[in-house]
Amino acid sequence: MSTATLTDTGRRPGPDRRPRNPRAVLDWVAVHSIGLALALMFALPIVFVFLTAVMSDGQAFTPDLWPREWHWGNFLEVFDKAPLLKYLGNSLLYSLLATAGMLLSSIPAAYALARLKWRGRNAAFLLVVGAMMLPPQVVAVPLYDTWSSLGLTGTLWPLIAPYFLFDAFSIFLLRQFIVTIPQSYVDAARVDGCSEFQALVRIVVPMARPGIAATALFCFLYTWNDYFGPLLYTGEKPDQWTLSLALSSFKGLHHVQWNLAMAVTLLTMVPAVVLFAFAQRSFVKGITFTGVKG
Amino acid sequence: MTATLDRVDAARTAPARGRSRARARHRLTVLALMAPAAVGFTVFFGYPLVATVVFSFTDYDLINPPEWVGFANYAYMLRDELFLTAVHNTLWFVVALTVLRVVFALGVASVVARLKSGVGLVRTLCYLPSLAPPVAATLVFFLVLRPNEGPLDKLLGWFGVESPLWFADPAWSKPGIAAVMLWVSGDLMIIILAAILDVPQEQYEAAELDGAGVVRRWWHITLPTISPVLLFGVVNSIIVALQLFTQAVVAGSAASGAADITGNTRYLGFPENSTLTFPVWLYTQGFRYFDMGYASAMATVLFVISFAATALLVQRMRKATHQEEGGPGA
Repeated sequence: MSTATLTDTGRRPGPDRRPRNPRAVLDWVAVHSIGLALALMFALPIVFVFLTAVMSDGQAFTPDLWPREWHWGNFLEVFDKAPLLKYLGNSLLYSLLATAGMLLSSIPAAYALARLKWRGRNAAFLLVVGAMMLPPQVVAVPLYDTWSSLGLTGTLWPLIAPYFLFDAFSIFLLRQFIVTIPQSYVDAARVDGCSEFQALVRIVVPMARPGIAATALFCFLYTWNDYFGPLLYTGEKPDQWTLSLALSSFKGLHHVQWNLAMAVTLLTMVPAVVLFAFAQRSFVKGITFTGVKG
Repeated sequence: MTATLDRVDAARTAPARGRSRARARHRLTVLALMAPAAVGFTVFFGYPLVATVVFSFTDYDLINPPEWVGFANYAYMLRDELFLTAVHNTLWFVVALTVLRVVFALGVASVVARLKSGVGLVRTLCYLPSLAPPVAATLVFFLVLRPNEGPLDKLLGWFGVESPLWFADPAWSKPGIAAVMLWVSGDLMIIILAAILDVPQEQYEAAELDGAGVVRRWWHITLPTISPVLLFGVVNSIIVALQLFTQAVVAGSAASGAADITGNTRYLGFPENSTLTFPVWLYTQGFRYFDMGYASAMATVLFVISFAATALLVQRMRKATHQEEGGPGA
């Protein structure tokens, strides 16, 4: 495992890799035992889910922890039980379009909030934070009312469309990243005759690439994981369901088959794991920015 | 006002005219950059917020035009037993999750910060569950906490403890959901860990010279330094608890064995309404019973409460922004 990239931001440079006196040894053992216990606590539920997912139909019902036979076919069988490819397509449509729309709409706004001076900027930023913290249920009724009069309930468009104009969390996160880009780079570009737009496209966007990547990842996963939105707008239209929404009914429909329910559960987690494996630094950096640099 | 001033300025001298043109272009740039966001905010937040408050004074079923009923929806809340149950359940989560999430994430981060090897691996394992879809995370715990057959039941059995029925028992369904929420609190852990690692090393060294042990250094240096992040954790947990919906719906419907989660209101809140949170009841009233007026009244209440929590955080951020801008570059 390549843990090198993970550790370098987390550990302080220090000469004392190995403890010397007995008290320090005891301390080392205690801290690392707790660390190991924590790691197990977070990892074991997934291990159990995985082990159950590859059990036979019968064994999944028993208290057994270890599969007697490994039924890898369960991961394929679930595709026969439910139109998972359709759900996958809907999930991808929602997540990819929302992320693309978010990038188009949020980068300019974040730049204006981070780098340009204008009256009302602080007030606008506070509105962004306010919108970010607002529970989605608060504005659900009038929005549903509007989309329903446009005849678009029963589709995913009411969830996708807003991203092409405004996504509070993404604007907030991108602004936090762009603020950290030294002003001197932007000034230098202006001296060379760049307009604000050119400065944004040629200087800020390339320099904020890690931040943009992190924001895109969070946006993709947020929409992928979203349950309330798809339930609200597509709950009664099964052919529009996303994976996340379909998963909640899978357990009920096939409640006799724990192994298959767990196989689908694992499949819905695949994007998160894959994205994290490829972009763990962006994730960790992004999540840190949401809290510390407020 | 400013426009006329600019014109007078511009008429006076040539350089001033250039400056004013630059200023106009700057204003246009800001406008162009912010326009989509401004429209989006107005359409998806500004309008619906006002409309929610207006709807809350009406009787509205989405088909017939809204009918003005004054404060009737608000008055009905006090007589609606399930509303009071929902408030009780959500308050339970606000208190429990605020305390447990912050304490748990702080505890885990403090241990991880002291690890000398395996930091990356432990941090990754702690963080990964928080990326899982909430539906999946809830089902994972449904398996782990399954009575008689689940691994936790077995583990408790080794210690001679009888496992509760968790999601099937009204007394244990909320703790079960809280367990899910702790499992996915790795994002808060990462935020706190970053803050702990940002504490200047010299402060620890100075305290160590004064003879302060690990615990006293943590209490007197780490905690006060990261307190702004802990405040963020508290506000974030309150917001998370106020909007708790998915985990409650999934836990309730899965435990009831309901096949159709979307169409069946009977199973929301299962068992015995113990998982009927405020947003779940709002959703049921608005989108199952189509009592949009009453749902809007509940949404207004939710808005006021979450606004208060947000104001707490914004106040802190404002302070930070002012400090940032007080610097020489401003």
